[in-house]
Amino acid sequence: MTAPIKKLKVATTSLAGCFGCHMSFLDIDERLLDLVQLVEFDRSPLTDIKTCGPCDIGIIEGGLCNAENVHVLREFRANCTILIAMGACSVNGGLPAQRNHLSLPVILEEVYHAQHGLVDGFIPNDPELPLPLDKVHPIHEVVKVDYFIPGCPPSGDAIWKVLTDLLAGRQPELGHGLIHYD
Amino acid sequence: MVNQTNPHAAYLDPILARHRHNPADLLQILIAAQEAHGHIHTDAIDHLSAALDLPRAKIEGVAGFYSFLHLKPQGQYRVLFSDNITDRMLGNMELMNSLCSQLWVEAGKVSEDGLVSINTTSCTGMCDQGPALLVNNIAINRLTQERINAIAELIRERVPVSAWPAEFFAIEDNIRRRDILLDGHFQSGSALAALLQRGSDATLNEIKASKLRGRGGAGFSTGMKWEFCRNATGDAHYVVCNADEGEPGTFKDRVLLNGYADRVFEGMTLCARIIGAKQGFLYLRGEYRYLLEHLKAVLQHRRQQNLLGKGILGQADFDFDIEIHLGAGAYVCGEESALIESLEGKRGTPRNRPPFPVTHGYLNQPTVVNNVETFAATTLIAENGGAWYAGIGTETSSGTKILSVSGDCERPGLYEYPFGVTIAQVLADCGAHNTQAVQVSGASGVCLAPNEFQRRIAFDDIPTAGAFMVFDKTRDMFEVARNFIHFFAHESCGFCTPCRVGTSLLCNMMDKLAGGHGSPYDFAEIEKLNVLLQSTSHCGLGHSACNPVLDTIAKFRPAYDKRLAQKDFIPAFDLDRALSQARQMTGRDDTGAHLERNHEQS
Amino acid sequence: MSKANPPSFTLDGKTIPFGEGQTIIQAAMDAGVYIPHLCFNPEFKPHGSCKLCTVKADGRQTASCTQQAKDGMVVESDIKEINDERRALLQMLFVEGNHFCPSCEKSGNCQLQATAYELDMMSPHFDHFFPDRPLDASHPDYLLDFNRCILCSLCVRASRDVDGKNVFALSGRGIKSHLIVNAKSGHLADTDFSGDDKAAHVCPVGVILKKRVGFATPIGQRSFDEQPISATPHPVVKGA
Ligand SMILES: Cc1cc2nc3c(=O)[nH]c(=O)nc-3n(C[C@H](O)[C@H](O)[C@H](O)COP(=O)(O)O)c2cc1C
Ligand code: SF4
Ligand code: SF4
Ligand code: SF4
Ligand code: FES
Repeated sequence: MTAPIKKLKVATTSLAGCFGCHMSFLDIDERLLDLVQLVEFDRSPLTDIKTCGPCDIGIIEGGLCNAENVHVLREFRANCTILIAMGACSVNGGLPAQRNHLSLPVILEEVYHAQHGLVDGFIPNDPELPLPLDKVHPIHEVVKVDYFIPGCPPSGDAIWKVLTDLLAGRQPELGHGLIHYD
Repeated sequence: MVNQTNPHAAYLDPILARHRHNPADLLQILIAAQEAHGHIHTDAIDHLSAALDLPRAKIEGVAGFYSFLHLKPQGQYRVLFSDNITDRMLGNMELMNSLCSQLWVEAGKVSEDGLVSINTTSCTGMCDQGPALLVNNIAINRLTQERINAIAELIRERVPVSAWPAEFFAIEDNIRRRDILLDGHFQSGSALAALLQRGSDATLNEIKASKLRGRGGAGFSTGMKWEFCRNATGDAHYVVCNADEGEPGTFKDRVLLNGYADRVFEGMTLCARIIGAKQGFLYLRGEYRYLLEHLKAVLQHRRQQNLLGKGILGQADFDFDIEIHLGAGAYVCGEESALIESLEGKRGTPRNRPPFPVTHGYLNQPTVVNNVETFAATTLIAENGGAWYAGIGTETSSGTKILSVSGDCERPGLYEYPFGVTIAQVLADCGAHNTQAVQVSGASGVCLAPNEFQRRIAFDDIPTAGAFMVFDKTRDMFEVARNFIHFFAHESCGFCTPCRVGTSLLCNMMDKLAGGHGSPYDFAEIEKLNVLLQSTSHCGLGHSACNPVLDTIAKFRPAYDKRLAQKDFIPAFDLDRALSQARQMTGRDDTGAHLERNHEQS
Repeated sequence: MSKANPPSFTLDGKTIPFGEGQTIIQAAMDAGVYIPHLCFNPEFKPHGSCKLCTVKADGRQTASCTQQAKDGMVVESDIKEINDERRALLQMLFVEGNHFCPSCEKSGNCQLQATAYELDMMSPHFDHFFPDRPLDASHPDYLLDFNRCILCSLCVRASRDVDGKNVFALSGRGIKSHLIVNAKSGHLADTDFSGDDKAAHVCPVGVILKKRVGFATPIGQRSFDEQPISATPHPVVKGA
């Protein structure tokens, strides 16, 4: 590896997730330093850049729960050569998708009308707020996704393994111990 | 003491008595219970559970399997529109929607007053005289808008179905070409007399020499099947006639049972004598319920003639009788091992094979299962000899085959040909013009394009169970395949993973394409699913479920390309519609309250 | 009947002897060779519904749990073509139900999950059905979470054939197939189900669960944390 390496541009975001995956990402610890030798971060909670420019790799935490999530996901898909779903919510909807057996009106009623202590509760309708989708979807149901890192959250080691496999041009593989869904 | 307290005992007890409290007759008992009460009441299950000593979960499991059985109240009038592609081509959906709106009921639901429920059902075997429907399981064909208006009126006026105009229930045979079998002249008992004269072994040899192969689809040698079964040891042997005829586009068994039942029963009796069976069953699809009284009368007549019952034709050791079992809306029960499960009163799940029915069939005893047409053909062989029969047709495919012709042609109906007839000949005879494609042998069969019309109906060229659906150039072959895939998903028994889940996934993907949301990605997915279903499914249903898609992709690719409107993957569901509930709840309709389904990629 | 030469077949090149009436998977298991499976359990008669155990026997695909072994048979199992198909079958099972492993008591001891790990299933791939399957918490000691049922019918077989009870049965057809219990109310509490039943301990996934057990085994020490399912002799699943 003597030739000067062009740094890969990486963007990350969290949609309907809990930031747990991003925490796990940071968990790759001192290897993060190795990583920044190889990559440079675009839009990401790590950088605070708000929009995603053209990138080599986009990493998505969380599934799709509202219109805003869809916009961000599409921005990523449009700008990233490789899109990676990181974590259970992104891969199969995860915890938020456990609302899918309830209808949205029932949920909104329950949250804004039926709850104790809510007097004249009303469902927020500010145009600034993104509207919720009737069901939570994993991201591969809306855009094409290239790679998946399952786990709730995936371990720092798993994320590291997938990224380094990709950077080395290998088909990412986790194997026993690294692949888990919980 | 249950009998006295259970309000359902009054109609259930006579049914139970008629079936000698035999748990193996559970399906028949449930069908009768529903006919008596409209649906299978949860209290009725208590009574049946006690009387038959069966767990109620098992009874519910059986009832839950069959489309025509209901655990919840249905409309007093249950209307089911046949939904084969041929019915579609004749406008069944418009007629159904019209009936729904006239009667204020949504398809798939029961009207609020409990008067009527309307839904679709798989092909009812009336493709030569569609569009067709079943009302309380009785067939009405040749539907027109006037007829639908009249039906709406009759239902509104609550006229009992038995008092509806008789012409509604007229069913034509539509026999267009007769050959050795349909030509008619059959003297009851003549084949049996020939058998008794020749002897059982010699008659079996004639059947083998005739090279007769099964007419139900698989084309197994009938003589060999009978011989294997005769040689198998067991407490009893059984003969089963497969009249499930569920393959979309097939209706020849309907006509045979209507006009040639005597022959069919005589064929079963020949088989019984040869394999040593005392009991036979005719498994009649629920859609042909209207034939039941007629068939019972034919059986009774044969008993009177000493052609059934004890000491047939004066032979002290020749006892045989036939019972009719009804199906209840499950295509998979045409598969012989599922059929046997169903005969035993269970869910119609195909068994693991081997062992095969010839050694382990009904009640695990040696059993011959043959198609209606196969049994009918054996009487010809008993009468005229194997060599005569083998001389008809082609080298590999002896005798004749009855085709059920429907779709875009002037003269739909039955055509009996010696094997070897070309597709083109059949098309010419039935008056088909501008033909784009022919679907031979039903949804699970093969779709032929014009460059294949010189091919022949024969086991080594185009084998068929009988369906022959014609599509002219105005038809959309993608829609044909989509209709068939929906059929398979509806009829999958659900036993094995690939077919249970795969057929539904395939439906969703075809629907996605139909909606204009398909991309080359989806197309590749469909092809992958096809391979998986073919190679890993448990029975013939799953193996062939993809055939219509594979065939139409290979031969009518432009019909698909037209659908691949998207360059890139877009979701199967409508993102904007996914926000509609939230819009309604918030009263918003600003641009931020909408999503485009098809996102412009930058 | 020469003792020197018991009948055998080859499985991915390895010679596997087999006894009278054994199916491919039974012989393989005896020889310590893993073939993925879900509806098969050596204590029960083979069922043949999940198709995870699909192999190529003499070039033809078949379910190895129901296919009788034959002398000289050439069986291929751990090959890309077959593993790709198995993965797709697993993905079908995942999207058919609702599998949220992080909140599932069975996680770490679940055969579906462990088999998916074994076959490198990184995502469910297909669109989810997200079915609505309410759970049954009526029984004082046990819970039924139908969201995870893969319709393997092991509980049905165990209750019927071992417990002599018929607590469970399958109903519906096709994609609407579902598990029911033997009670007019439809509730487990109204059946004669007991925690001592065999049926309480055969579910390969997280449907039939003991109540008040909260993630009993620490993560890292559960059956399939310790070793992959391919190295785990059957059945030693913890917490079953
Ligand atoms: C899904 C499926 C449905 C079938 N339906 C029928 C049917 O309706 N009628 C029939 O005779 N055979 C049907 N068969 C074929 C039967 O399994 C069996 O081969 C046949 O009844 C044997 O009779 P034969 O040898 O006279 O053809 C079906 C097979 C499959 C896999
Ligand atoms: S292939 Fe389909 S119909 Fe056949 S056993 Fe499997 S699920 Fe049932
Ligand atoms: S049953 Fe298994 S696969 Fe399903 S949620 Fe539980 S652990 Fe995950
Ligand atoms: S509950 Fe468990 S054991 Fe029973 S059928 Fe479902 S997955 Fe199989
Ligand atoms: S393990 Fe063989 S089919 Fe399920």
